[in-house]
Amino acid sequence: MTAGTRPAPTPGEVLPATASAAPPARPAPVQRKRRRPYRAWLLFLLFAGPNVALLVIFTYKPLLQSLQYSTLQWNIGSPVARPVGLGNYVDWFTDPTTPRIVTVTVIFTLATVGGGMVIGLLLALLLNRRLKFTGAARTIVVAPYVLSGVAVGLLWLFVFDPNFGVTSALLRMIGVTSPNWYTDPAWALVMIIVVYLWKNVGYVALIYLAALQSVPRDLVEAASIDGAGTLRSFRSIVLPLLGPTTFFLAITTLLTSLQSFDLIHAMTRGGPLGGTTTMMYQIYEEGFRSGRAGYSSAVATILFLALLLMTFVQLKYVDRKVHY
Amino acid sequence: MGIATTHLPTTARRRPTPWGGYLTLLLAVAVMVLPLVWMVLAGFKGRDEIYTSPIQWLPATVDGSNYAQALDTVPFGNFFLNSAITTVIGAGLKMLLGLMTAYALVFLEFPLKKLVFGIVIFALLVPQQIVIIPNYTLVASLGWINTYQGIIVPGLASAFGTFLFRQHFLTLPASILEAAALDGAGHWTRLWRFIVPISAPTIAAVALVSIVGEWNEYLWPLLVVDRAEMMTLPVGLTLLQNNDGVTNWGVLMAATVLVTAPVLIAFFALQKRIVSGLTAGAVTG
Repeated sequence: MTAGTRPAPTPGEVLPATASAAPPARPAPVQRKRRRPYRAWLLFLLFAGPNVALLVIFTYKPLLQSLQYSTLQWNIGSPVARPVGLGNYVDWFTDPTTPRIVTVTVIFTLATVGGGMVIGLLLALLLNRRLKFTGAARTIVVAPYVLSGVAVGLLWLFVFDPNFGVTSALLRMIGVTSPNWYTDPAWALVMIIVVYLWKNVGYVALIYLAALQSVPRDLVEAASIDGAGTLRSFRSIVLPLLGPTTFFLAITTLLTSLQSFDLIHAMTRGGPLGGTTTMMYQIYEEGFRSGRAGYSSAVATILFLALLLMTFVQLKYVDRKVHY
Repeated sequence: MGIATTHLPTTARRRPTPWGGYLTLLLAVAVMVLPLVWMVLAGFKGRDEIYTSPIQWLPATVDGSNYAQALDTVPFGNFFLNSAITTVIGAGLKMLLGLMTAYALVFLEFPLKKLVFGIVIFALLVPQQIVIIPNYTLVASLGWINTYQGIIVPGLASAFGTFLFRQHFLTLPASILEAAALDGAGHWTRLWRFIVPISAPTIAAVALVSIVGEWNEYLWPLLVVDRAEMMTLPVGLTLLQNNDGVTNWGVLMAATVLVTAPVLIAFFALQKRIVSGLTAGAVTG
């Protein structure tokens, strides 16, 4: 794989290598390197090659293969594949379930990325105050982030149990009948979003907290303790200073949110009635459950292009914003 | 600045105990902790204590029958072993690859260095799910279904780790490497005897984060393993969920405790390092 990156070192490299091995006392390593570039390049390939090869084999090549698969009507493991050109794309854009899946994806992404950043920032401001126990509180707030998504999904599924769960008991206390989180598509989506935020908001808070601690403390304190007057100072002083952090979080949390699989699989399997099927979950469903690997690859390609576009837009937008 | 200095005296004067702040803090902590407490409690509850209305908050007795049943129903020992093996080997090799690549990018000469760095960085933008079908096909054709290499190898490449190590290596003082070069040490020795020891905190932080990632990995092991004895903990956990028509919450919660407890204990023991590993990307990036 790596050999393809560059022509293989020619036999000529052996000569300078052995020649320069004779005077070892010369204290100018830079000069020596220049005199035998091929040897240095080979060393580079030995160090970086395995990793790059793995990236090529398991990331870049499959990316192109996925593009090719998306033009096939094909099932995983099947020896026969029928070329359908752009048929899978046409199918996806005209499928009656597509608008629902796109809507679910957009709602889930906006709620988890946007909601996560707002709640995370508020938490960070709280943890940055001069209070006791903030160190311990920070640790506790981040803890769910390191837990398995499947385990988190299952434990919350029990919390949300419409008959025997905590939420239904609490709602009954205030005289409200619990919605059926398991069978109502809209409430199921709400449930997934809540659990996602519970699990991931600590990470956002942690990153914001690190950024806040590099902002002069008086500025933040003035902003977070006093009332309405300093809300403006927060908006005009602290928030701009957090710009680069917000940018970093926008990109990273968007990527993680779009990749959510564990929670959805553990809690709803994309249901009820497709109410929690995001595009990412659709890729799994079509490819590994419905035997439509070609169609699934088309969805993957569309999602990847959308992701690239969004990242590009974010980079563009922030390029202007960070140079204040 | 003007705002801060005019406000300081006032805030300092009227600053009794900020009860509001503490109340909010308590609320935030409660929201994070109570679901976990609920999980632990449910692990000790019998069926009649779970399927009851009004809700019964505490179990009548603390007995381990749910745990016994969970361990009985599925091969939990295998799950633990498989998770441990794939995590240790996967995270270990990933670190090795990341360190070597970062070393090459910072300290070795190569005309296409920028391209190599680009290949590493752009990979961060490719979600694993986008490429699962071709990767599954490849792994299946190699006969790697239900094997450790099938679980480990496709996710082995290090992109984020390489990026972080490179950032870190760039900050190292040149004098250390000059000393190593004068010492006559080869690059392999320079990496392990000079660079790695002084980078220990960064390496530990990144290692912990990648260990957590490997341990919790779900989608890929779910796809390439269908035999119970080869399953990792998260995959095996969902096995319990499907066992009978109605979910047996007591047993399932006991199993969930078994999966989450080791991570939680490790997290609280090593939280400083893990936290710095999590923030490393944001601070350098």
